[in-house]
Amino acid sequence: MSIDKQDVQKIAHLARLALTEADADQYQHSLSSVLSLVEQMQSVDTDGIEPLSNPLEMTQRLREDIVTEENRRDAFLANAPQTEAGLFLVPKVID
Amino acid sequence: MNWEVVIGLEIHTQLSTKSKLFSGAAVGFGAEPNTQTTLVDLGMPGALPVFNKEALRMAVMFGHAINAEIGMSSVFARKNYFYPDLPKGYQTSQMDHPIVGKGFLDVMLEDGTTSRVGITRAHLEEDAGKSLHEDFQGMTGIDLNRSSTPLLEIVSEPDIRSAKEAVAYVKMIHSIVTYLGICDGNMAEGSMRCDINLSLRPKGQQEYGTRTEIKNVNSFRFIEKAIYTEIERQADILEDGGRIIQETRLYDPEKNETRSMRSKEDANDYRYFPCPDLLPVVLTQEYVDNIKATLPELPSQKAARFQSEHALSEYDANVLSSSRAMADYFEVANGVVKDPKLAANWVMGELSKLLNQEQLDIANSPVNAQAFGELLIRIKDNTINGKTAKDVFQAMWNGEGSADAIIEAKGLKQVTDTGAIEAMIQTILDANAAQVEQYRAADEDKQKKMIGFFVGQVMKASQGKANPGLVNPILAKMLKG
Repeated sequence: MSIDKQDVQKIAHLARLALTEADADQYQHSLSSVLSLVEQMQSVDTDGIEPLSNPLEMTQRLREDIVTEENRRDAFLANAPQTEAGLFLVPKVID
Repeated sequence: MNWEVVIGLEIHTQLSTKSKLFSGAAVGFGAEPNTQTTLVDLGMPGALPVFNKEALRMAVMFGHAINAEIGMSSVFARKNYFYPDLPKGYQTSQMDHPIVGKGFLDVMLEDGTTSRVGITRAHLEEDAGKSLHEDFQGMTGIDLNRSSTPLLEIVSEPDIRSAKEAVAYVKMIHSIVTYLGICDGNMAEGSMRCDINLSLRPKGQQEYGTRTEIKNVNSFRFIEKAIYTEIERQADILEDGGRIIQETRLYDPEKNETRSMRSKEDANDYRYFPCPDLLPVVLTQEYVDNIKATLPELPSQKAARFQSEHALSEYDANVLSSSRAMADYFEVANGVVKDPKLAANWVMGELSKLLNQEQLDIANSPVNAQAFGELLIRIKDNTINGKTAKDVFQAMWNGEGSADAIIEAKGLKQVTDTGAIEAMIQTILDANAAQVEQYRAADEDKQKKMIGFFVGQVMKASQGKANPGLVNPILAKMLKG
């Protein structure tokens, strides 16, 4: 199975990655070969087998509903390039 | 063309846990920005989520309340999209294996009929942060306090056929989650938000039309209005021979219109996949059964009991059981006065009136249910009449003391001494000799109208304290002469 360049650009856009033409060519090739491998696996008969959601044969551990974390805003905000009034600032988004 | 509207609702309810769905940060409305966050909520690389036990219990409880299948093995999935208030780049949600499966609710409509609304599923997911678009140096401010707050998203089948039915359904969900104590139900603070999926089809057609989704409507009134305006918009387009575009829309309460939010390409390409950071949540039958055993009496059960135990009308029983706080208030007050009809009338009448006037919740009523019951006792035993009781209630509301103290202090005790009432009436008759003559000359029908004048005079002279039950017959007799 192969995908075209438009697919590659769409996937890149969904992941917010900027690709050059040369990058796109390369990814078209390498992603196509991954999909070929998947296609090969498709030939295995999986009728009646539940899709696996996790390879570990374990179940989720639960946490008590207790507040264990304190306010560390100053430390968190110190990592941000721009802040104001306790907020992280990001380029303007209109929605 | 005669259109039929088809509506399905997605209701996000915020679960009232103390800590977040996947971290030990506090949950709460109105805290200083970013003071209730952890590395997990900020989406820092390497930070791992740990699932909150209480959120699981609450979700299972809700499942029982809507007669649903419980997901014995549920799986968290990642819903991928980019937005600055979702720093991880994905929302942890559930897709193929939700915690609550198919269920249903029987919704009582205004005309007294019941309609069954199917519930497709309810799944656990985390909320995102908040974007503040006020001007911060031309930038957007991000507050992540709400990030990872637990939500239960309740998805209905497209079973709803009118705005009124939609509102009745949302009110019922609201009432159930607050009865269960799993959500505070505060819609103004966003604890319950509703997405409306709506399409039209010609009456009689089986196939669904193209639908639009109206996002984040957060009051009962807005839900109803948003539905009416969207029906009108779609009908106009269809009747002009146009086509509905499947898109997300926003309801603007000020203009009372819906408008297209963004028909951004790839909008729904969320690329769900099982979250590798979280293992399947596997429940035992014993766990699920134990939670079922803790279910409180639900609104519909309470309404049925109010009818059978207290002989209330269906209407009264439904109104009183619509909120747990009101039902509790009624039961305490009735426990004191032991007269369900009287208690019901006063809770739904005077009490509700004053609460509405001051926009107070019944839980914050300045007169508590015990004190309210004591006031009702004084009506029941004829110490005061209904009219005086309203004044006493107002005084109690203003913090002037208990019913008995106010009656005593203001000398409001009803006059039930027949002799005293007769004397009072005689004075009135003497002072209004002309009216008495007119009365005696009139025919029976006219007399019935005229007697009101004398009753009014007696009540005025007694400052409202004469027992009307005694005044009327004595007056009628004395007027005859």
